[in-house]
Amino acid sequence: MTSGVLDSAGLAARHLLTVDDLGAEGIERVLSVAGSFAEVGRRANPKVPALRGRTVATLFLEDSTRTRLSFETAARRLSADVVSFSASSSSLNKGESLRDTVATIEAMGVDALVVRHRASGTAHRVAAWAPGVAVVNAGDGWHQHPTQALADLYTVADALRRPGEDALGCFAGLPVAVVGDVRHSRVARSLVAAYAAVGARVTLVAPPTLLPPSLEGWPIAGVSSDLDEALEGARVVSLLRLQAERGSGAYVPSLREYTARWGLTVERAARLDATALVLHPGPVVRGVEVASEVADLPRARIGAQVRNGLVVRMAVLFLLLGHDTGSAGAGEQVAGGEDG
Amino acid sequence: MAEAVVVVRGGTVLDATGERRADVVVEGQWIVAVEEGVPVPRGATVLDAGGCVVAPGLVDLHCHLRQPGAEGSETIESGARAAALGGYTAVVAMPNTDPPIDSASVVRDVRSLASGVPCHVAVAGAITVGRAGERLAPMAELAELGVRLFTDDGTGVQSASLMRRALLYAGGLGVTLAQHCEEASLAEGGVMHEGAVSSRLGLAGVPALAEELMVVRDLALVRETGARLHFLHLSTAAALDAVARAKGVGLPVTAEVAPHHFTLTDDALLGFDPVFKVSPPLRPEGDVAAVRAALADGTVDAIATDHAPHPPEAKDRPIDEAPPGMVGLETALALAMTELEVPLHRVLALLSWQPAAIAGLAPDHGGPIAPGAAANLCVIDPARPWVVDPAALASRSRNTPYAGRRLSAKVRHTVLAGEPVVVDGQAQR
Repeated sequence: MTSGVLDSAGLAARHLLTVDDLGAEGIERVLSVAGSFAEVGRRANPKVPALRGRTVATLFLEDSTRTRLSFETAARRLSADVVSFSASSSSLNKGESLRDTVATIEAMGVDALVVRHRASGTAHRVAAWAPGVAVVNAGDGWHQHPTQALADLYTVADALRRPGEDALGCFAGLPVAVVGDVRHSRVARSLVAAYAAVGARVTLVAPPTLLPPSLEGWPIAGVSSDLDEALEGARVVSLLRLQAERGSGAYVPSLREYTARWGLTVERAARLDATALVLHPGPVVRGVEVASEVADLPRARIGAQVRNGLVVRMAVLFLLLGHDTGSAGAGEQVAGGEDG
Repeated sequence: MAEAVVVVRGGTVLDATGERRADVVVEGQWIVAVEEGVPVPRGATVLDAGGCVVAPGLVDLHCHLRQPGAEGSETIESGARAAALGGYTAVVAMPNTDPPIDSASVVRDVRSLASGVPCHVAVAGAITVGRAGERLAPMAELAELGVRLFTDDGTGVQSASLMRRALLYAGGLGVTLAQHCEEASLAEGGVMHEGAVSSRLGLAGVPALAEELMVVRDLALVRETGARLHFLHLSTAAALDAVARAKGVGLPVTAEVAPHHFTLTDDALLGFDPVFKVSPPLRPEGDVAAVRAALADGTVDAIATDHAPHPPEAKDRPIDEAPPGMVGLETALALAMTELEVPLHRVLALLSWQPAAIAGLAPDHGGPIAPGAAANLCVIDPARPWVVDPAALASRSRNTPYAGRRLSAKVRHTVLAGEPVVVDGQAQR
């Protein structure tokens, strides 16, 4: 690992609300720092003192286990203190407004606030309400889920990058199919922005009812409602979760019909390019968007996405908080390992 | 006791009949003289109008005064003060209060709350009981009390069959229905205009189609029933186009637009700030251009504020939980004068005498400034720059989308039934 990466400044942005806050340069920094943390993670003691004395709060107001656990584990691996708020444990249940809850958390002196909310834009509002805190969007409505997209890019780069190649070189012109409920997917919006920033060519594949009403300004190579056609030549297939309620006749006639036309079945997976990867942000509904056998193939990197989510989140927290912790170089903090 | 005399001196009088230099002498509630250089009677109050335009008081067809039911947002008194500061001498209060204005007793309550406030408050009645869209409200009883305009504003009457009956019934009473055109099955759950911006932000949208469909449906119902219909706050090119064609074949329809629909686009939502959430939603550039064109070519009859006050605790929430609406009474005239490329005479037609006619308030409001006319006036300084400061608003609520915007015209005085209720930009009570 190179300490140079970690010694340099943090991110240009104060918060991570959308992938656009990073740009190609920011994405490269996150992936490279995440790579260093992955190395640390393979040691006997995976903890580093990089964020000792800093406090990371998680505020999850929508059901989520994996993302919250991932962020909290990431913060602990960096030796940060972690405090958690959820709808059921906080005063939001007693009628307190979200704004006042955020002000309370800010007054406790936290350094970062990781926010998950059902409504698009809530992370933006929280950032406006709590100017002194670095806000990380852990998913807002249908809008963005930037750390999931970063985990996916890390996963793809980990699998495709050739020795000696530029950090983002493997993405240049890379054909990516993003398949499923784009309309209601925050992961899709973050993926499209992230892949476009690093030079990949994204094709959206969905029934027209599950596309956003407008794709004006989306940095994509194409749109298709024919999965078989879109899979030809695709090197990465990113499946999106179909929420069951969308399959009950409102957007597609039935889950059965959806799976037949837009599911990654065993037959379709067999026709994929030999090196093509299959990604899914989880939770996976086996048998709907992806056949169970396909989810277990070596080309499916669903488990790697979860592992990489952890190091990517460590990198994000570190880059937002760790660059001004004092005299000790960040690289030294990482390299030094847990010392207490 | 002699009646109070007020002289509005040194201004340019501008009304539906034209423009001339004149002083306006008011005695009691009436205008008694309109002449250049009249001697000021002893004991008269003089309102300096040098460099200013003296116009009939403005008339707002569409404001939410929140009383009864949501006095934390606005009261009839605070809303009337905001209106007076905006140059209005009459406003039509929408019936989506709690309880709604769907019965004679609520009409009487609102009227009694409105007595003595610094702006005339006319009430609109609901078309359906409880604004629930299920059965007709007692429109004849309300019409006997003087209610001229009926609407379920906040929502449109969704059932074509009920709307058809409402038009027939209202036509027989000689009152006017006003529709908030939005097909609910298309608009449901939407928090902003459906389009490129909503798609990017991952926000559920209200398509332009939701407005157009109900406008087109209602035009067919008007054609069949012959009843008058007023379209509230139109915001889309397609709906305005349909109205223009209907007017072209002589259908008895009128239309209003709100200032935010000719001054703001849906880009304003990029920061997810609910202060920009409004119903109908802010639209993209093409619709805004269509609204401006319709104001210039006469398709639109009135600029109405859709003044919709909400307290900070209601607006400072995730955008899907925040209620739609913006305050507008104190900024409408200045926005129209600053932003529209139409002559002042046309701006005032849209803000005063045309809405007064639609609301049945003419000629007491909006009528020509002449001896014998009711003394409802506003005096406008057309070259007075100011910056919108939410904290300085007289409304109880602060939810203006124009904080910090520089505007180039300001109301200087407002005279209500002969009484100067605003003098030099200050509310007198």
